[in-house]
Amino acid sequence: MQDHAKFKQQVKAIYRLMAGLFGLFIVAAIGILLLVSNPDWTRKKATEVEPEYVAIPETDDFDKIENGIHVRTGLIEADGLMTVVNNCTNCHSAKLVTQNRMNEERWIATIKWMQETQNLWDLGKNEEIIVNYLVTNYPPKKKGRREVLSNIEWYDLED
Amino acid sequence: MKRRNFVKKATLGSMASVIGADIVFGAVLPEGYKPLALQDPDPFKMFNKDTGMEVLNDKPWNIEAKAHLLDDKVTPNKFMFIRNNGLIPENIDINNWTITFDGESAAQKKTYTLAELKSKFPQYTYQLTLECGGNGRSEFDPPAKGNQWTVGAVSCANWTGVRLKDVLEDVGINDDAVYIGYHAADVHLSRDPGKEPISRGAPMVKALQEETLLAFKMNNEDIPLAHGYPLRLVAGGWPASVSGKWLNGISIRNKVHDGTKMTGDAYRVPCNPVAPGEKVKEEDMCIIESMPVKSLITYPKSGAMISMGKKLDIRGHAWAGELEVERMEYSIDFGSTWKTCPIEKPSNRLAWQHFSASIDFPKKGYYEVWARATDSRGISQPMLLPGWNPKGYLNNACHRIAIKVT
Repeated sequence: MQDHAKFKQQVKAIYRLMAGLFGLFIVAAIGILLLVSNPDWTRKKATEVEPEYVAIPETDDFDKIENGIHVRTGLIEADGLMTVVNNCTNCHSAKLVTQNRMNEERWIATIKWMQETQNLWDLGKNEEIIVNYLVTNYPPKKKGRREVLSNIEWYDLED
Repeated sequence: MKRRNFVKKATLGSMASVIGADIVFGAVLPEGYKPLALQDPDPFKMFNKDTGMEVLNDKPWNIEAKAHLLDDKVTPNKFMFIRNNGLIPENIDINNWTITFDGESAAQKKTYTLAELKSKFPQYTYQLTLECGGNGRSEFDPPAKGNQWTVGAVSCANWTGVRLKDVLEDVGINDDAVYIGYHAADVHLSRDPGKEPISRGAPMVKALQEETLLAFKMNNEDIPLAHGYPLRLVAGGWPASVSGKWLNGISIRNKVHDGTKMTGDAYRVPCNPVAPGEKVKEEDMCIIESMPVKSLITYPKSGAMISMGKKLDIRGHAWAGELEVERMEYSIDFGSTWKTCPIEKPSNRLAWQHFSASIDFPKKGYYEVWARATDSRGISQPMLLPGWNPKGYLNNACHRIAIKVT
């Protein structure tokens, strides 16, 4: 029985070693490929990306901003963006943020509700950064009692 | 260790190296499932939805139709909205799926397998309207928090199953029963196994209606995964959140069910009307029961241009929660005048009804066709937004489409 357990442990150790080696091999291969195709790669990277992301092949694009939008999440690029990405897109999609428009009081109430019922952690001093980002970029829009129809795609109706 | 598992684990190990982090619970990932960081989810393929559907949220999945996609008399899966509160259950084992009845007012605790449900009780098929309580939320001012549904969170498919009533009676209902509450296999967004994403229910009077089903078929096929496979409660005419998906339990309660999203302000509106933006105390919020009267113009799609002298044929559906739609009207002059048009009888109680009209336009120009339904108690849809409420429920304002006559 003990031998059996020992054997299992050894298999596990070998498995871990092999998985690790395979991972290292991929990282090395990607690194070499990137270096060959773009020798300046490491220099540019250092200022843009945190070191723990280096192993991802799409590192260049991971936090890409296009036309003022953080491509991966759809959030507006502004002060506090990454704090919002890191705290508000773990459980739910960023789409739940970008769909909504609230004032400061209601964004705070929403955070409190998530802390009370949805296992959101204490945001500490990040809360202010997050609330400021949300109020600045996703404030309520006046709609009145009924809006005019907009974004109509006109087409010829054949029959 | 089985060879397949070893290969899977080794693959995961290398995936972990690629992602740059350990995949927690990697060993329990379902076969064929790639971690989110590596997958490019195509919800239209994954759920067999039409690419014209609008994805409001991808975690949890919330997808809505558009008015013109809902033209079918019986809604097919590809145009059916998805509203999820949690994560879709993984690894459903239909052979070992059971539903357990319990609760303070249950005469006994009793468990049924799917096969037992199907063989023991007679089966019925009804066409049932399911509309999300928050359909139309996007129009409220001040805005309400949550998925910003426009008009497409409604469907009316054929559902086949056994009557909840028959099963409840087989279990035995004590005299003090007030409410039923459902329990299901979906997973909370935080992945906390102690939390239910949603556990709502209905008063006994709704639970005991003939049309309230424990359904295992939708449009004569197995219920699609996103819509509750393999077992779903279907309670037509009420907020669709009453129709719990992936059902594995029903509690017969001696009080109003107090599961997740039954309390606080979830699926509740102020008992008395309030001004827009007003704060409402929790005890002044009442649970939504029947949905209000409403209609949709499903043909043509908004934006149609026709030549002067041609008639415009329109059609659509109307529904009224627990009630029937009695009158259907349309207006091309912003409500100055209304014309009545024919409305069909429902295929059964709680199914939506179909209307159609042929419209003449007096001169060239821009028009809006507005539709207005009236229920059997004489209550009509408002042209403006109905009473504001904190969570943005029950917007049944008239639907309209833009038309140009050239």
